[in-house]
Parts: sequence; structure tokens; C-alpha cells
Amino acid sequence: MSAVEPLSFLDHLWLARMPLLRGLGFTVTISFLAIVAGSLLGIVVGLALTYGAWPLRWLARLYTDFIRGTPVLVLVLASFYVLSTVGLQLSPFQAGVFALAVFCSSHVGEILRGALQSIPVSQTEAAKAIGLTFPQTFAYVLVPQAIRQILPTWVNTAAEMVKASTLLSVIGVGELLLSTQEIISRTFMSLPFYFLAGALYFAINFGIERFGKYIEHRTTISA
Amino acid sequence: MGYTLNFSAVWRSFDRLLAGLGLSLMLAVVAILIGCAIGLFVAFALRSRSSWLRSPAALYVTVIRNTPILVLVLFTYFALPQLGVRLGKIESFVATLAAYSGAYLAEVFRAGLISVPPGLREAGLAIGLTEMQIRTSITLPVMLRNVLPALSSTFISLFKDTSLAAAIAVPELTFEARKINVETFRVVETWIVASCLYVATCTVLAVLMREVERRLRIPR
Repeated sequence: MSAVEPLSFLDHLWLARMPLLRGLGFTVTISFLAIVAGSLLGIVVGLALTYGAWPLRWLARLYTDFIRGTPVLVLVLASFYVLSTVGLQLSPFQAGVFALAVFCSSHVGEILRGALQSIPVSQTEAAKAIGLTFPQTFAYVLVPQAIRQILPTWVNTAAEMVKASTLLSVIGVGELLLSTQEIISRTFMSLPFYFLAGALYFAINFGIERFGKYIEHRTTISA
Repeated sequence: MGYTLNFSAVWRSFDRLLAGLGLSLMLAVVAILIGCAIGLFVAFALRSRSSWLRSPAALYVTVIRNTPILVLVLFTYFALPQLGVRLGKIESFVATLAAYSGAYLAEVFRAGLISVPPGLREAGLAIGLTEMQIRTSITLPVMLRNVLPALSSTFISLFKDTSLAAAIAVPELTFEARKINVETFRVVETWIVASCLYVATCTVLAVLMREVERRLRIPR
């Protein structure tokens, strides 16, 4: 009687294709939701940091400094444990996306503030001189100039969010890393499967990075 | 829902949090020192004329910067033993964080090297210094001053990344906070205190680095 052949890595990979794909899908969804929600919130934070009256500006500064001073893992764990204690019943997925969105918003807020403040005051003054109201100045003078600075950095933030989404595995969200860990605990093939996960993350982020370079190339005004 | 804050359980375990913070700082300092050495070497390699040095350096930086650090941490701790590299928890984490910080610091140093005017190197050549002498006594000091602001924000973000050591059960600040959270169920208090410790440490680091910048500035 011949011994049963042990399954090779490729066999295991084929067996695990669905969980891995589901994990990949989760990773993309989490990152996408966090980037969209974080950017919207970040725009509010950035505007408050730049144009808010002092109490609002001070609050926004406290918010960004506090979030930026705390590791993302702590934010994820805190949002998972704390929000349910104070009565918000969130699933790990919701708590995780919330934490990443908050993290993203503090970064987007700072990027927006930096870009808006780097525009020379003379631009606003010139806009005032030709009789534009502040909303008009903002939409026609400030935003078009700020967006060129924001886009490349913003794309970097997007790559950061994909990387940060791995932290959700710690609170039990079944994204790519947790699916990989589950497969490894069944097959004991830690080397090839961690390598595969790393390669998949690399592929996603490398794509985002190239896209960022392309955007940067397209938005620079040639001197 | 009512929730009354009660910090007494957390204060009772406060020394454990502090011990965790101490370990976090130690991990960060050791990893960053090794990372600075790697980063400097890689930065010079990235600027070198030989593509035998340039391409591996570029590959290293691209791969590390585009891979999540948690994957790197788990890979070093759980997958490398299959290749015969067996490291303890702390050694494995420090090695990972050093390799990770090396890639980020290489980018910081590379930007710094670009900012050194080529005239300085030529002046060094004119007075008869060798390439190595130019690097150590002209390029490096000028470059280091230029990169200090970028360096301090990289240091702070690397310090925050030590929280990932909790994933492989290194008893640093996040790991201790999580344990206290589970033991005492004072959830809100534990995370408030842990976050405040991180924020306070980052603030102190930022102030210290700004002081170093001020000290090293060339008086005009």
C-alpha cells in the first residue's frame, strides 16, 4: 500500500483560493471605505485647521496631534474595545474601518492644511482685489493650486491605508493577512503563504505608488 | 448607557505600562540605530555610479516600503525559522524594525544627499581629499543638518511602529495595555492611559529633536 502523498504548496494554494480571494476582497473594501470616509472627514479637519475660528482650530489641532501621536494598532484596539463599552455596538469590521478612517482623516487634514498654507497670501489678496467672495476665491483660486500638491501625497496615504488594513487582523476581521494566518495554522506552511501575502500587498501598493508617480507627473506644471 | 470612569485599576498596573513603555523605547532606539547605519549605506548605494550597488538598494527600498510592517514582523518571526533562521521574540522584532526603518531612512538620507551642493565635493577634490574623506567630513555633516526635520518625523513614526511587537507577544506598551484591558475590564481607562503615554512620548521626542535641530543650526 503506497503512502498518501503529502500535499504540495500549490495543492494547498488551490484549496485555499477562495478564502484568500475573499481576504483580498476584504482588504480592498476596508482600504477603500477608510480612504473615502477618512478623506471626507480629513477635508473638514483641514479646513478647520486652516480657516477655523480659534476654538475650532484648537480643537482640530488637538484631534490631529492626538491621532498622529497614537500608533494605528492602538487606535484599532481602542476603537474595537472602547466603542462597544460606551454602548455603540459595532462589528470588528465597522470598528476597524472607523479607526482607519480616523487615522486617515488626521493625515489628510494635515496635507490639506500644508497645501493651503503654502499658497502665497498675494493670491487671496489678488482675488479680493478683483471682487471675488471667499467661496469663489476658494473654489477658483485656492483649490486648483492646492490640488496639485495634495494629489501625490494623498495617493501615498492611500498606500499607507492598505498597509494599515493588516492591523485589522488583530481584532479578527477576515482580511488578507488573517485568511493567510488561518491557512498557515492549517497547513503549517508559514514560509510560502506569508511570502504570498507579502507579494500580494506589494503588488497592490506598488501599483498605487506607480499611479501616484503618474499623477505627480501629470499635475506638475513644467517650468 | 452610563459608564463611570474609574482609573484606580489602571493606576494599580501603571508600573507595568511604564515598563512596557520602557521596552517600546528600547526597541525603537536599538532598531533605529541599526536602521540609520543600513539607511546611510543604502543611501550612498542609491547614489552610486555602479548599477551593481544601485539596483539591489533600489529593490530593497521598494519592497520594504510597499509591504505592510505587520506582514514583515510575522514573516521574520514565523516563516524564517523554516529557513533555519531562529530568532527570539525581541531579536526578531528588532531585526524587522531595523530592516524596515533602514528603507525609510535610506529615502530620507538620499533626499539629504541630493540637497548637498556638488560644489562642496569639487572643493574637497580640489584640496586633495579622497572620495571617502569627502563623504565622511563634508557630505555627511552637511547632509545630516539638512535631513534633521525629516529624520525626527521618521523617528516618531518608527517609535509608534513598536506597537506591532504586541502581535508576537513582546511585552511592550500595547501588549501590556491589552493585557490590563482583558484582566480588569476597565476598557476605556486603559486605552485612554495607553494613548496618552504614546502621545506624551511622541511629543517629548518631537521637542527633543527640535532642540537638537536648534543646537546644530549654523549661526548666521
